[in-house]
Amino acid sequence: MSEALEDILKRHELCEGPLLPILHDVQNTFGYVSDYHMRMIAAGLNITRAEVWGVVSFYHDFRTEPAGKPVLKLCRAEACKARGVEALVEGAEKAAGSRVRIEPVYCLGLCSGGPAAMTPQGDVHARLDSEKLNQLIGSLS
Amino acid sequence: MTRTNITVRLSDDALALACGADAVAAAFEAHGAKVERVSSWGMHWLEPLAEIDGRGYGPLSPQDVSAVLGGKAGVLDIGMIADHPFLKAQTRLTFARAGKTRPLNLDDYAATDGWKGLEAARKSGPDKTIETVLDSGLRGRGGAGFPAGIKWRTVADTSADQKYIVCNADEGDSATFADRMVMEGDPYMLIEGMAIAGLAVGASKGYVYIRSEYPHAIAKVRAAIDRAAAIIAPFELEVRVGAGSYVCGEETALLNSLEGKRGVVRAKPPLPAHEGLFGKPTVINNVLTLAAIPWIMMHGAKAYADFGMGRSRGTMPIQLAGNIRHGGLYETAFGITLGELVNDIGGGTATGRPVKAVQVGGPLGAYLPPEQFDIPFDYEAFTAKQALIGHAGITVFDDTADMSAMARFAFEFCEVESCGKCTPCRIGATRGRETLDKVAQGKDAAANLSLVLDLCETMEFGSLCAMGGFTPYPARSAIRHWPEDFTTSKVKEAAE
Repeated sequence: MSEALEDILKRHELCEGPLLPILHDVQNTFGYVSDYHMRMIAAGLNITRAEVWGVVSFYHDFRTEPAGKPVLKLCRAEACKARGVEALVEGAEKAAGSRVRIEPVYCLGLCSGGPAAMTPQGDVHARLDSEKLNQLIGSLS
Repeated sequence: MTRTNITVRLSDDALALACGADAVAAAFEAHGAKVERVSSWGMHWLEPLAEIDGRGYGPLSPQDVSAVLGGKAGVLDIGMIADHPFLKAQTRLTFARAGKTRPLNLDDYAATDGWKGLEAARKSGPDKTIETVLDSGLRGRGGAGFPAGIKWRTVADTSADQKYIVCNADEGDSATFADRMVMEGDPYMLIEGMAIAGLAVGASKGYVYIRSEYPHAIAKVRAAIDRAAAIIAPFELEVRVGAGSYVCGEETALLNSLEGKRGVVRAKPPLPAHEGLFGKPTVINNVLTLAAIPWIMMHGAKAYADFGMGRSRGTMPIQLAGNIRHGGLYETAFGITLGELVNDIGGGTATGRPVKAVQVGGPLGAYLPPEQFDIPFDYEAFTAKQALIGHAGITVFDDTADMSAMARFAFEFCEVESCGKCTPCRIGATRGRETLDKVAQGKDAAANLSLVLDLCETMEFGSLCAMGGFTPYPARSAIRHWPEDFTTSKVKEAAE
């Protein structure tokens, strides 16, 4: 087992219900949760691989493959729709091309100042129009 | 002339950051000013909002800084913040510190009545504490409106080797951000509320389950728990982070998620109060419910219950969002009408166009037309109109909104977020979206629309939790109030 993964499992030894915290740490460290990680986590927690896979596949946050490119989360929920996010989507996809991935997110809690988006680093941006959004997409690497 | 040696107070709330507050702070510092980062006043249309000696300036960009310091702010000068009409008309109990304190500063917290609720609870003991919460009439602010004191009493009456306090901070509803503002702006108040709950029911451990979409709140609450650990001891707190699942805001799905399982809804009974987290008696309350507790313990049940109407006692932090001119946080006693909130306080739409619809209570809440704006903010009054207050988020739409698209989105959202445990929700969501697509294409529109209404009934009464049970509310209200948006002539026009 890789040292980093061993560290993560060890860190959560005394934790109640450790699976989600472990999966978050694995994804933060490796960028995704691989088949290998799932096997090792299952062995470490003495649960079945099916249980681990069930959890990984249930939650939108976990990836089983590297994202490969920066992901911009663009809020597409009601409050941002009311402030015109849908009209920005096509232009954003064009600006993103194959370089950036635009993923929908249902609410960043910035609902009085939408349209809103969050970068992979967790930086948030509000009051987006097409110019600001395209600029933001261009700045991601 | 530029003033020196002045202190500028600027929020570090995520909304302020998203509007560029850090760059504004840096510009003030570059001009030699001292910058203090405080919580947000909740006047979001003015963010980034700077405060200098009580006077407010906003919304600022870095270029405005020299004009502000030179006394030439012009329209950006909003006068004394505390006198602003948006704030003056509010009754801020939960948000009493908003805009005034540095979120992680323990001295600021103690100087503004911090920990006094916990002291009072320690003095009066578990029984009296629960009695106070019961008498205050406080109902769960997460949406269901269940009396908090009854939940607490139920857990207190159980005997178990371990009990838990769980804070539901999985604020997933669009148009809601009050939980986020509490966690980022006044985290010690939430911690104090949880410590009081622990003392009242005999729980030694608490978890705050925060959604992963709130990285700033997660960081703040974690830091606050570290700093307050000695004050709340022997009670212990830990933050757990969600993983992008809306349905985990449902309390039993949240408990499963905390246990490291799929966020699937549990059948009730058993109630979480009897068999909750890891099968142990558990109080699970929303952020705003727990955050209201310190005020109630300090000022007494009656002081809180004196606000409000009917069976809705106290105040509600209402969130004004979407296409609204004055968006932000508006805490007031129950009983205010929807029209006052949207038109008088919110100032109508941000685009200046007429209001078409207002959604109250997030993605599972009904769309209300302006004709229903006389409805008072009260749990029972909303239920009577087949609507819900939910977490008190209000999304305003102008007349360009296509309500058939919003009805379709209600089903689409349910399709994406359903946990899949019960059939009406899992399959109904997909069928509802498909059938509304047929309506939009003009395929047997009338028959398909009545099929959707029939499906709504099945989902409402056959689903296990609010996800499937309330998805019909936005869909059905859109069909009922804006039938013209579902006729095909509009679709044909667009195609031509």
